[in-house]
Amino acid sequence: MREPRGPLFLGRGSYRQRRLADAARFLPVLGAVLLMLPLIWPRAGDAQAIATSTAMYYVFGCWMALVAASLILAWWLDPTATEPKGEDDPVRGG
Amino acid sequence: MASLNLLILVCLGYVVILFVVAFGAERAAKRGKAAWLRSPLVYTLSLSIYCTAWTFYGAVGYAARSGMEYLTIYIGPSLVMIGWFWAVRKLVRIGRSQNITSIADLISSRYGKSTLLGVLVTLLAIVGTTPYIALQLQSVTLSVASFSVADATVRPLDDQNSTALWVAVGLAFFTVLFGTRNLDANERHHGVVMAIAVEAVVKLFALMAVGVFVVWGIGGGVGPVMDRIDASSLGEWQVKPDRWMALSALSAAAFLCLPRMFQVMVVENEEERHLRTASWAFPLYLLLMSLFVVPIAVVGLDLLPAGSNPDLFVLSIPLAEGRNGLALLSFIGGFSSATSMVIVAAIALSTMASNHIVMPIWLSRQPAGAIVSGDVRNIVLMSRRFSIIGVLFLGYLYYRVSGGSTALAAIGLISFSGVAQFLPALIGGIFWRGANRVGALAGLVTGGLVWLWCLFLPSFGPDVVQSASVMEEGPFGIGWLRPYAFFGIPGIDPLVHGVFWSLLLNTAVFVIASLFTFPTPLERLQGAQFVNVFDHTAPTRGWSGGMAQSEDLLIMAQRILGATEAQEMFRKEAKGQGLQGYLPEPTPTFLLVLERELAGSVGAATAHAMVAQITGGATISVEDLLAVADETAQIMEHSSQLEAQSEELTRTARQLRTANEKLTALSVQKDAFLSQISHELRTPMTSIRAFSEILRDGEEIGPEAMAKYSGIIHDEAIRLTRLLDDLLDLSVLENGQVRMNIRSGRLREVLDHAVAATGAGRGRLALRREGDEGVALTTDLDRLAQVFINLIANAQKYCDAASPALTVRTREMDGLLMVDFVDNGAGVSATAQEMIFEKFSRVGEQQAGGAGLGLAICREIMARLGGSIAYLPGQQGAAFRVTLPLRGAMAAQ
Repeated sequence: MREPRGPLFLGRGSYRQRRLADAARFLPVLGAVLLMLPLIWPRAGDAQAIATSTAMYYVFGCWMALVAASLILAWWLDPTATEPKGEDDPVRGG
Repeated sequence: MASLNLLILVCLGYVVILFVVAFGAERAAKRGKAAWLRSPLVYTLSLSIYCTAWTFYGAVGYAARSGMEYLTIYIGPSLVMIGWFWAVRKLVRIGRSQNITSIADLISSRYGKSTLLGVLVTLLAIVGTTPYIALQLQSVTLSVASFSVADATVRPLDDQNSTALWVAVGLAFFTVLFGTRNLDANERHHGVVMAIAVEAVVKLFALMAVGVFVVWGIGGGVGPVMDRIDASSLGEWQVKPDRWMALSALSAAAFLCLPRMFQVMVVENEEERHLRTASWAFPLYLLLMSLFVVPIAVVGLDLLPAGSNPDLFVLSIPLAEGRNGLALLSFIGGFSSATSMVIVAAIALSTMASNHIVMPIWLSRQPAGAIVSGDVRNIVLMSRRFSIIGVLFLGYLYYRVSGGSTALAAIGLISFSGVAQFLPALIGGIFWRGANRVGALAGLVTGGLVWLWCLFLPSFGPDVVQSASVMEEGPFGIGWLRPYAFFGIPGIDPLVHGVFWSLLLNTAVFVIASLFTFPTPLERLQGAQFVNVFDHTAPTRGWSGGMAQSEDLLIMAQRILGATEAQEMFRKEAKGQGLQGYLPEPTPTFLLVLERELAGSVGAATAHAMVAQITGGATISVEDLLAVADETAQIMEHSSQLEAQSEELTRTARQLRTANEKLTALSVQKDAFLSQISHELRTPMTSIRAFSEILRDGEEIGPEAMAKYSGIIHDEAIRLTRLLDDLLDLSVLENGQVRMNIRSGRLREVLDHAVAATGAGRGRLALRREGDEGVALTTDLDRLAQVFINLIANAQKYCDAASPALTVRTREMDGLLMVDFVDNGAGVSATAQEMIFEKFSRVGEQQAGGAGLGLAICREIMARLGGSIAYLPGQQGAAFRVTLPLRGAMAAQ
């Protein structure tokens, strides 16, 4: 008896979709952390205070990166694919 | 300078364009040719009503006052949309599956279709939104005023009030016209959505145009502008951490809770997949809206004389530079921001007011038990129109009372924190099954009161509503209730203070009250449907029909949905039930569908009350409750039951198939046996007959030949007897008539006997014995020996190896004695293994002359002895295992 060749793991598509959904859930957390980082910067009054232009580059840069990440996720993610379609759907198994 | 007349003309022209757009979209939607209306782009753009005139003008002012802090207002909503997978997707799904009409409807519906909650949310929303509408009026008025500064014919103060009034009247007219045209089941307003999508483009374009002008027209490019920013008073990072965090969280909360946002995001949502586009496009829109804010603020501070209102830099910079066209564009941008916000807010609030305040009051005035009378449709529409006018009037009133002088951003944030009080009930409602009505009510009341006390009342300024002494010393000298220093903790920023305490106390009371009180059955049903909206979209039952009269229901539905729509719906339902005509049976399913339909027009609580009026009240069966109590477990149980059943069926089918195959094979075998046995009996018979004839007829047979012939006859007779004995033995064993001769002995003796009887070990077959054979046995030793003899003899006969060998292996395990007989031959083929213990079965072509009864007899004997004999596959050759229980072996006999 010869074992069938090919990937052993079944349901690759739905597995990938579930991980994409995880990424979509994680993205706002990442965004919040990135955009709260400026809180620990030295402020006006401090000798090493960050210049507003630097702050702008940082904030808008992060923001743009988040938009891009969200765009990529939206492109790949099919939200209905992660929902259970029936009681025997393998998706139920998280 | 642009004259005021020109300005009015431009405004009117712009409004006319909006009318045309809205009207065209409305017409296209009606004709069903509105594919472009349903594009995700329109949805994303309609979300931009988040950016109001406050954003358009106020953000620059905000930046001029506190640097980068204005960004928090955009960061919160951006993160909410980027994280659409958490909350927004669920809200939209719930909104669609439950026909939700507003945020008040969602909260009321979630908590058992509670009228009281609906009223409370509506009131708080009106109180929270009124300042915001006032803010829009103020911004339009201010922008008009900044144009008219140079126009000597205008008296400043009077004109400002009348501008606000005219704007309010115009907006009311537009909103009534397009917001209450239809009492659609899904509450969608294509015309309005299209108009605000157009306005979204206009305001983005206007703000970007001013930004580009400031950066490249005045500032001389990105580099120099950045240097200018760093050199200005805003040049260093100066954001306060507490405000940064609190405002980001606040704007995120407000984004979900604002009635107008809920309207465009959930109620007007055409398709859930539009969220995918909005998840990146809306943050991008916000980014673009905020990109040029700091440059405009810095350049404005540089260019314009000290003391000019930074809230109007967007307008006054182009004016000061003599760019009247750009200034006009910027004015239109601000105007469109204001109008779109007011229109949607008025629609959302009027829906809430008519569904949760007017309709319940009107219903309660109906005599109990009577069928709903009068044209409800008209009542709903009229109440909406008056609500719109009322909301705008309130906004105007607030504008007049507050004096229109407060900084724009401050009012906006107070408004935000008011509606943010819905957040615990909203988020708790869609993620926590345990959240209940009492908790939601208590939390909302607590949060609302704290908000009123700490944020809303102080916003009018000292001594307007709250006296200065109250602000300083607390009410009646109670120090820990001071509006800016709750629990005697002073020194916190007033806004952060208010937001923190109101939301904290709100959430705490909500959770604690939910934990300690018990929900009604309807609440638990709704809770399950909301929280698990992705798991089961199938509706649960809420009504028990039977008493309800279909005709009464039709009459009522016609009054709310309109005659044609209601009849069409009833006909479809009747057809679905297999009935002719317009009257379906009032089954629970039908009642549920009807209630959902009605809820789309008048809200869940009212629809529920109306159906209840006719059906005589809702009953929820024990089954429903059980289902709610543990639906998931039930579904899983059900699924595993099904699985088990299907497995059992498969097993049974397999068994049946095996049995059938066996029967067929047996039948074939029986036929074969009949011919075999006749052959077996005939062969000796023939020789007996032949030799006895010779003996009878032959005279000259010598005594030697005679002895030989009679010897043959004798041998053949013995062979016949043996065959008949075997048959008899088997039949006796099978009928259970055999008598067992129980004795005690050792296994070794039995085996020795069997080996001696067969002569094994002395002939060709080599014999090997393994294991402890000293086991004591109490059984029929003769019968056991018969089995062993049979097996050894089989090995002698059938083992086809060059040097045949038989291994007898003894083992004891779990009170069972196992004796294996393994030879080194070819073994028994898989197909034959099933048949070898059957009667008359023989493996292969017979050269050894057995009748095929040996193993069948062995099986019967072992069964009698309480043990078994089985073929042992997977050994080198043929292998049989004899199993015998050591204790209580004969108990069954």
